[in-house]
Formats: sequence, C-alpha cells, structure tokens
Amino acid sequence: MPKVEIEIERCKGCALCVDACPEHVLELGKGINLSGYQHVVVVNPDACIGCCRCAEMCPDVALAVWR
Amino acid sequence: MKQVFKRPESMTDKPFHFCPGCHHGIVHRLVAEALDHFDVREKTVGVASVGCSVFLYDYFAVDVIEAPHGRAAAVATGTKRVLKDHIVFTYQGDGDLAAIGTAEVIHAANRGDNITVIFVNNGIYGMTGGQMAPTTLLGQRSTTSPYGRDCNRDGYPIKMTEMLAALEGPSLVSRVAVNTPGNVKKARKVIRQAFQMQIEGKGFSFVEVLSTCPTNWGMTPQAANDRIAEEMIPYFPLGTLKQKDVIDVL
Repeated sequence: MPKVEIEIERCKGCALCVDACPEHVLELGKGINLSGYQHVVVVNPDACIGCCRCAEMCPDVALAVWR
Repeated sequence: MKQVFKRPESMTDKPFHFCPGCHHGIVHRLVAEALDHFDVREKTVGVASVGCSVFLYDYFAVDVIEAPHGRAAAVATGTKRVLKDHIVFTYQGDGDLAAIGTAEVIHAANRGDNITVIFVNNGIYGMTGGQMAPTTLLGQRSTTSPYGRDCNRDGYPIKMTEMLAALEGPSLVSRVAVNTPGNVKKARKVIRQAFQMQIEGKGFSFVEVLSTCPTNWGMTPQAANDRIAEEMIPYFPLGTLKQKDVIDVL
C-alpha cells in the first residue's frame, strides 16, 4: 500500500505538492505549524499511488514516499 | 514496501530559509541527489555565491567555500587545480553569475576548467528585494524597473547558456526547469550528467535552472510556476545546447 508522509514542521504551505498530485491525496490544511505556516495534510491516504510527484515538487523536502 | 523518496544524505537536517514555493529547495535537493548517486560526498567542495544561495554551507553536508560576489567560478577553478581528486561545484544565482560574475564564468568556461556550475535563473535579485537583474524579461516589473524592463534603456535579457555554448571549452551546457514533476526528472538527469562530466575529467559543465521567485514576482507559488511555462521558457528555451560525449548515467 503506497503511502506519503509529511514532516509538517518543514512544510511552508506553498501547496505545489497539492497541484502535482494526480489523485488529490493532499490538501492545504487548517493547522498551523511552529513556524507559523499553514501546512499540507494527507486527506485521502488510500488513493496514494506512490508516484512521488508531490515529493519531486516539494521545495522543502518535507515529503517521504513509500511504495 | 520500501521508501522510494527520502531526504538525500548529502543534505543536512536544517530547514531551508527560502520563501514558500521557491525553487531553490528543489535545485538543492537535485544537486544533493547527484552527489549521493556518485557517492562523492566525502570529497566534494561546493562554492556558494552571494544571494539567496549564500547559505549553501548550512544545507549541504559537504565542505563549502563562500566566494565573494560573482567570483564563485574563479574560486572553484583554484580549488579544483589544488584538489584535483575532489569534485568541485558552484551554485550561483543570476544576479551573481550573469551580472557581477560574468567575466569569471566566461573565462572558466573558456579554459574548460573541470568544474560544474549550477546556475539558478529566476530573473530577479531575490535576496536584496526584487531589483532588475540582467535576466529580467522585457516588460517585467521590478523595484528598479517599476514600469517594466525597456530594451532601449535596459537592454535585453542575457542568455548565458547560449553564450557559453558558443565557446570551445565547455563539455556540457544545458538549460532545464523545475516547474513540473516531469521537468524536475529531466533536470535531475542533466545535473547528474554534469557531475558525470566532471568525474570523467571531460571539463567544464554548466546547467542553467529556470526558477521562480514568488515573493519578488508578487505571485502565488502556483502562478509563479505557470509563469515559468508561459513567459520564461519561450524566451529561455530548454534543452542541452552542447555536449561533448553522450553519456547515459541512468
């Protein structure tokens, strides 16, 4: 089962990963991290296909992908 | 199930200081992945420029020299000539490489010095607050061109890749972008090729990466990404302009 994990303290909420995901697994959440950024959350974990497109686009290397 | 994407070992754990959506982080990661790929972390020297890329030493787990503004290619030349068995790369922005450092990079390329130059072109001075750079597009607004860049007053955006490809010295001269996952994959391949050239002793390799600066362009990260495809790539076409030998490292 492919999965994606977000290191929320690294996330700056640019949401480039949200646009890159073809399966709409990610979404910009309501929560705020310690740096004051609205961070991305995994809303649809079962849909993840492990394609790594989100991680490729993440400028802060906040994502890790298993497949 | 195995981990197919993780933080490269050549990077430290320190979070980036870059603005949200800045492509510097992606380019940092691609360079670190290339160092991991060739397993040269222990014998690599990076040369940082002045600009947003100045904190290279915080983010890379390799030795880094902080060069004076624009002089990274000259510092890398000296380093490589003293430490011949080391991998030496510079990481420069457009305000550094294409403005104050034009002479250094052109002569390093012309000599064919065996170094790798990563040139991040976002078309603006990012760290100092969005002034016009030599690579700013015509009509683009910046703090020093508030009505847009005018070719009669400011000249035309400089195409470093085309200039360097005209020289005999370089072994690889290429332009890539990191605005889509597909382009990131292509950029990864080209950056690996650039380091491969150096490892094989083929001489100067140069990779220009088109990058965004959402803060100083006054755009959201998504709109800035779209601008790369709509405005920058038509003026700065992607592709490898010069390659001495075709190497497939994948």
